[in-house]
Amino acid sequence: MKRVSLALTVALATGVVANGASAQTLKTVKDRGMLSCGVSQGLPGFSAPDDKGAWTGMDVDVCRAVAAAVFNDPSKVKFVPLSAKDRFTALQSGEIDVLSRNTTWTLSRDTSLGVNFAGVAYYDGQGFLVRKSLKVNSALELNSASICVQTGTTNEQNVADYFKGNNMKYEVIAFGTADETVKAYESGRCDVFTSDVSQLYAERLKVANPADHAVLPEVISKEPLGPLVRHGDDQWLDVVKWTLFALVNAEELGITQKNVDEMAKSDKPELKRVFGTDGNLGETLGLTKDWVTRIVKATGNYGEVFDRNVGPGSKLGIARGLNQLWNKGGIQYAPPIR
Amino acid sequence: MSIEARSPPSQFVAKLRRALGGRAGWSGFALQILFVAALIWVGYEIVANARANIASQRIATGFGFLNNTAGFGVSQALIDYKESDTYTRVFFVGLANTLLVAVVGIVFATIIGFLVGLGRLSPNWLLAKIAGGYVELVRNLPLLFQILFWYLAVLGTLPNPRQSVSIFGGAFLSNRGLVIPKPIPHSGLDAFLIALVVAVVIAFGLRSYARKALFDSGRVVTVWPWALGLIIGLPVIAGLIFGVPVTFEIPELKGFNFAGGSRVVPEFVALTLALSIYTAAFIAEIVRAGIQSVHKGQMEAGASLGLSRGATLRLVVVPQALRVILPPLTNQYLNLTKNSSLAVAIGYPDLFSVFAGTTLSQTGQAIEIIAITMGVYLVISLITSALMSFYGWRIGRSMGA
Repeated sequence: MKRVSLALTVALATGVVANGASAQTLKTVKDRGMLSCGVSQGLPGFSAPDDKGAWTGMDVDVCRAVAAAVFNDPSKVKFVPLSAKDRFTALQSGEIDVLSRNTTWTLSRDTSLGVNFAGVAYYDGQGFLVRKSLKVNSALELNSASICVQTGTTNEQNVADYFKGNNMKYEVIAFGTADETVKAYESGRCDVFTSDVSQLYAERLKVANPADHAVLPEVISKEPLGPLVRHGDDQWLDVVKWTLFALVNAEELGITQKNVDEMAKSDKPELKRVFGTDGNLGETLGLTKDWVTRIVKATGNYGEVFDRNVGPGSKLGIARGLNQLWNKGGIQYAPPIR
Repeated sequence: MSIEARSPPSQFVAKLRRALGGRAGWSGFALQILFVAALIWVGYEIVANARANIASQRIATGFGFLNNTAGFGVSQALIDYKESDTYTRVFFVGLANTLLVAVVGIVFATIIGFLVGLGRLSPNWLLAKIAGGYVELVRNLPLLFQILFWYLAVLGTLPNPRQSVSIFGGAFLSNRGLVIPKPIPHSGLDAFLIALVVAVVIAFGLRSYARKALFDSGRVVTVWPWALGLIIGLPVIAGLIFGVPVTFEIPELKGFNFAGGSRVVPEFVALTLALSIYTAAFIAEIVRAGIQSVHKGQMEAGASLGLSRGATLRLVVVPQALRVILPPLTNQYLNLTKNSSLAVAIGYPDLFSVFAGTTLSQTGQAIEIIAITMGVYLVISLITSALMSFYGWRIGRSMGA
């Protein structure tokens, strides 16, 4: 871990990688023929290798969608697993083109890290995982508890704020990677494991008896998770941002992986704009006219991505909740493609 | 026509030429200047490039972040620390934790290392084989693996706080660490400490008196019962006169954890154990090599003087071996200190974990933080080396006398 950040710092200092990459990421990616995408070191549902070694998950699908939009081939992605504390340095130094690693959008990250967030792929919040045997029903009963957390996350500060705000004592033990954190929680070193709720569900799958552990009802923070890119390359920011919007818009318009070819033949003006049979919206992005077709063919729409990876169709079984479309009770909303 | 004697070339110029250019003369000097210029240029390029890149990406720079509020908790702080303190404070908390592990680890590694090293040379077959087995097993397993082993496989199996092991009803051992009674100072503490210091000073006086008697007139004066009596007696008398120096706060189980008392966290224990045991294996080999470098005639000479094996080792062999042992021993001390940065794997809040880890990812100022951290490890290492060199110099001096 330390070697990684050291190497990245050196890279940043010498500017070997960052030089030139700052303004023309789309061109660099096209020339390279490969998108370099920073993901987690294994978080089921978001980014984790499956039993054949292929990366799967929501964060992974966002990168595949970008690759599909650029290359018409969702497999042209190199996934770079990163720990929470190394992720920003990897993006800053140009080692990756896009960071899609359940990363919370905050003001300080947006302004001082030299990055730009492209949108929100998943609306999350921080929660607590405890053993059922402790008979705790609310986070307010956690006074004096020992808490395991992964270092370099917003969770570390949120938990400090929450316990201070409720006048409770706590002991926090911060680990380098998610796996180490969960192992320590499982060994009994901590009473509580805290993280974003989606992660709690994912990590719960890794412990010996998932049924013995429960997620407490309190959600103590807002954690909008989304992909981010380097600051200073507006064109590349647009590509990633509109790829995400295309996924959401596709769901809203009822375009799915199955019916995309049929829908593309539609002569509704709205669909004609989306599919590029009318106008050249894709080309103004630096992509092709059929960019939405490419994206939806590769990964399906936002709803399909959600269901397949974290929703009812997956082991995690997380309800859509906030991530439902705006017109169906959630807050997922994308600006129109026009 | 007379031939004038050639005047010798100026001594000053010749000396200067040799000092600057060595054997190659002035051309060598020019080459060196070129080389230095190239180095400076590369350094300048690195700095300028980094500045330009950082500015174009609008990454925050400078050391202003050190005064910002950290906002995260740390599980072990030797100095007062709360979430509302600054990153500077976090830095010192981490530094203190690193130094604590390094110092305690070095002490234990040295003790274990010397014992095992001597054990390998023991005429006792079983002892020698056990010591040999220890060295071969421990030094061939990766350190990270050993740290995780002690943390998860050994300390992780301790019971939870509610079923903790009670030691005489005052200390409790659980998977949250060892909780011990915490001393609370009272008015009698000052007198108690003064009495203790006085007793120790007198004890040293007695010792030098005994040595003088031994060297001057060959008399053996036994002083240790007196010294012991003083060191225990004087503070007790002070306590009786001026009142109880300390009382103890007994920890009790409240909610999830013990409240009150002092606590040794398992992360610290696991890290110290792993580092000491790992480094001790290398120190053992250094000690063995050092002792074997002393001619075996020295051992025989000691025996022929009627000294026991232990006394021969202590008085004759080890002092000579130390000259060989010290330099590689310093290396091991430096290694131990640097290896302590593996702490992040088990959540021990050392400098690398809280400063180059959490602080870095919260502020994103990689260059500043990595530079500070590298500087700190460099300074710690240089101080350790300097102390060891000083010790080596003292040994060398006393051997020469």
